[in-house]
Amino acid sequence: MAFFFQNLINALQWGSFYALIALGYSMVYGVLMLFNFAHGDIFMVGAYIGFAVASGLVALASMGAAALPNWLILVLTIIISMFLTSFVGMVVERVGYRPLRDAPRASAAITGLMIGIILETSNLALLGARRVRFPSLIESTTYNLSGVFVTNKKIMIVIVSLSLMLALNQFVRRTKWGMAMRAMAFDYVVVPLMGVPINTIASLTFALGSALAAAAGILFAVAYPVLDPYMGIVFGWKAFVAAILGGRGSILGAALAGFLLGFIEIFVAMIFPSTLRDLIAYSIILLILTFRPHGFFGEPYSARLRL
Amino acid sequence: MKKQFAAFLPVILFALIFAPSAWSGKDTIRIGINAPITGDIPKVGEGTKFTARMWLADIKTAGGIKIGGKMYQVELVIEDNESKAESAVKVNTKMITEDEVLVIVGPQASKQAVPAGDVANNYKTPMISPWSTNPDTTKDRPYVFRGCFLDPFQGPALANFITEEFGFKKAAVLYDVASDYPKGLAEFFKRAWEGLHGGGSVVAFESFTTKDADFSSQLTKIIRSGAEVIFTPQYYNEVALIVQQAHELGWNKPIVGSDSWGSAETIELCGKECYGLFFSTHYAAAGATGTTKAFIDCYKKAHGYVPDDAAALTWDSLRIVQEAIQACGAITGNLEKDRQCLRDALARIKKFNGITGQMSFTEDGDPIKCAVIVRISDKGEFEFYKSVCP
Repeated sequence: MAFFFQNLINALQWGSFYALIALGYSMVYGVLMLFNFAHGDIFMVGAYIGFAVASGLVALASMGAAALPNWLILVLTIIISMFLTSFVGMVVERVGYRPLRDAPRASAAITGLMIGIILETSNLALLGARRVRFPSLIESTTYNLSGVFVTNKKIMIVIVSLSLMLALNQFVRRTKWGMAMRAMAFDYVVVPLMGVPINTIASLTFALGSALAAAAGILFAVAYPVLDPYMGIVFGWKAFVAAILGGRGSILGAALAGFLLGFIEIFVAMIFPSTLRDLIAYSIILLILTFRPHGFFGEPYSARLRL
Repeated sequence: MKKQFAAFLPVILFALIFAPSAWSGKDTIRIGINAPITGDIPKVGEGTKFTARMWLADIKTAGGIKIGGKMYQVELVIEDNESKAESAVKVNTKMITEDEVLVIVGPQASKQAVPAGDVANNYKTPMISPWSTNPDTTKDRPYVFRGCFLDPFQGPALANFITEEFGFKKAAVLYDVASDYPKGLAEFFKRAWEGLHGGGSVVAFESFTTKDADFSSQLTKIIRSGAEVIFTPQYYNEVALIVQQAHELGWNKPIVGSDSWGSAETIELCGKECYGLFFSTHYAAAGATGTTKAFIDCYKKAHGYVPDDAAALTWDSLRIVQEAIQACGAITGNLEKDRQCLRDALARIKKFNGITGQMSFTEDGDPIKCAVIVRISDKGEFEFYKSVCP
């Protein structure tokens, strides 16, 4: 039984990352009808910005310029990096996608791939191929709950991700900007005619998605403190799978599917030889999509997407 | 203007195509270095590059390599294989056919050295991989050599060491199934361990694929299997993640590694989590003497850190190449002949005193030498623990 719960906890942490990143894909698709394939790399950029901010704050604290306890550094790192990375997202939208808004969708998808490569290689050019270690801001404490091992990091990661998802949900449901986004998702041809500024909404969508990706990047770096420029590629693909699985454009769907993906991966490795993990895990997902081609919460017609 | 340019274009193209061969005068020897400068193990690539340049500087101060009474200049062609198998093959092909190198030193990791060795052998160009421990690199390839011991030796050496040191009976293995080196070594270790303790004594044989960051499900399985030790023949970036996650899941027994751990980067990425762990490697920098110490000091002075085993083996490999070139007697300028001559000279070397210890060579071009078991000290240094000889 302890074995099962241990895996459950592992899966909860692993799924949080997928869920946070899948939300970014899902929102952009919902509002602008395009797949931002650079999103996995924005996750990477977020992690690196987090690394820079955290290192800077640690240096500042050690010089005695400001009395910052480590937990505060982590909180500040998450907030500042989310803010900075949202600008990266807005620049990507402005430079990469806005000029192509009326171009065929395939062009936009290819743009995403190219921006991804540009982000990876510019990181490589800037910092070199060396991997960096994210500073350990919270001392890892392991609790033994009758055979199930939980660390304070794991608890923090799951709580922070869930609160971010709730905050996003509140933003989209309760604010005027959120309403504009939902309206745009409903019909992005007519709604701008009603005076909703499409460019602002597009920027906002990218900013929100990128901020979540940055949070995922930093939480990821807390749990797996080795960063490299290509860390976002496979992660981006898998989160994209989660976004599709959740139903394109659905926030709840993306979050649930992200967790589901984490659970499937971890539990497949629990039962089958770990070599076959991705093979079996993604065959299961293919099977689910065969029976629910629009995902869990997706609508058959894109005009009726809901956010 | 446009017309003029058009007229010049063929000339420029012609020059570009034939320039490389125009540079290589007869008194220059070109040596190719196929190194992982970017990708998964950039620190190894950096060490390779720095060591090769140090060796070249030595040659330059001596005025070149003396072959049959004539001084020859040496030129290095250093290319990046991005730590990818297909790029390593491309680099080898380019260096052999376009740069017209006499011999190739590298690639370092077996993942690149195994496929790249095939290219070198097909083109009948001698290649020496300093760090690749997988037997397939040199097997049935008369033109491919290496500078280090092999996994069929390293696997049993580690199994013996763990048995003698700790008296354990149940072991778990965690390795990357998509990479030649960890996969090969994991299997050699398993065979040796089961030879010592009987079938089923490797209670968990878990794998993952390159670029994975989460090993929680594999480690949870390992912990449940009742294993007393984890053997993980991974590269340093994964080592840091595996060790940390194992500890977070409540594992407090030993984790043992192989020569891929022996990089300056391991401690930087892994930190305190790795203190007190053991791994086997080619040389231990702490407490070195003689020429080994001279090499370490020189390297440290130039680059500010202690060279890792891949750098030391690269140095030895370059020295072996140098010795073979000199033994060859004469450079004719006919590349095919010179490559053949160098291969024969390399195959004739029977004993070599390197900075990673004394070695003798087998028929296949594989050295026989001792392995060193290193303990990561409480200061994060690689401490010599004991020596294991074949």
